[in-house]
Amino acid sequence: MGMVSRVGQVGWLGGVLRMGRVGRLILTLLLVLIVAPSALAVQTAPPGQSEYVPIKDLPLTDQIPAAPLLIAAYAFVWIAVLFYLWTIWRRLGKVEDEMRTLAQKTTRR
Amino acid sequence: MRKAFAPLLVLAAAMFAAAPYFIAQAPYESTMGLIQKIMYFHVPSWIGMYSAILVCGVASGLYLFRNNQAADRYAVSAAELAVMFGLMGLVTGPLWGRKAWGVWWEWDVRLTSALLLELVFVAYLLVRKYGGPGAEKLAAATALFGFAVAPFVYKSVDIWRTVHPKTSVVPTLPKVMGGPLALTALAFVLLFLVLLTLRVRLAERQAVLDELYLAHED
Repeated sequence: MGMVSRVGQVGWLGGVLRMGRVGRLILTLLLVLIVAPSALAVQTAPPGQSEYVPIKDLPLTDQIPAAPLLIAAYAFVWIAVLFYLWTIWRRLGKVEDEMRTLAQKTTRR
Repeated sequence: MRKAFAPLLVLAAAMFAAAPYFIAQAPYESTMGLIQKIMYFHVPSWIGMYSAILVCGVASGLYLFRNNQAADRYAVSAAELAVMFGLMGLVTGPLWGRKAWGVWWEWDVRLTSALLLELVFVAYLLVRKYGGPGAEKLAAATALFGFAVAPFVYKSVDIWRTVHPKTSVVPTLPKVMGGPLALTALAFVLLFLVLLTLRVRLAERQAVLDELYLAHED
């Protein structure tokens, strides 16, 4: 009677204290396994968003301005078309010149 | 083709004049915003390149197997245009990717295979220019290789995992975005036909000049 009543009075703490070394080690490991992930989650949680975010803190894709890239893309297409047209015109001019020169040489003969 | 040149030119010019209005009216894509409007020139650039590859491949086949000289003139003209339209796609794509993906270039299957396809047609032009006698036939075979590879480059995004959007994106665009894209795509096809007509004219004059030189030597 005496032993049972004393355990009941001391409660779960008394039970823990009376555990062997191995028992206490297992309990500690269990506590660490349960508490550690929660503690890590709290540490890695993103800070609360305030209304103002400096531009340097934005993701890279949000920091890059879109307009210069868009203008560059459209400008390149037109420059390429105009350059290609110019090369055709220049080559056509050369061929016509050569044909004229050749025709003159032939008539001189 | 030459008779249709003037109407094609007028129609292409009118469509390109109207394009900025319709592109500006199209809504912003929700995640990419303004930069997504590169699509209205980027996708048509590749449509222009694929049109050129189609003409170059068919014409090269006719030249290689039937010795059709006129087809060879179409093939060389279309190969030049394939390189030009491909360059447009390869430049506008990274400009879009820089903002959308945060990088200029990614060595994934679509981007790399598109670059290789461009290089196949650069090789075609180099073989023709520096290949010596018989280079036309060798270049025609190169063009057939490029023609056979092109569908794999197009379908690569559906077969392999890649950062590039799949082929299903364009057909499922809402009308407000699909309409302007269809307009610019058609304008690029017309531009391709106009430039092809001009380039074939140059090839024909070069052929006449070659004949004159031969006659002059005789």
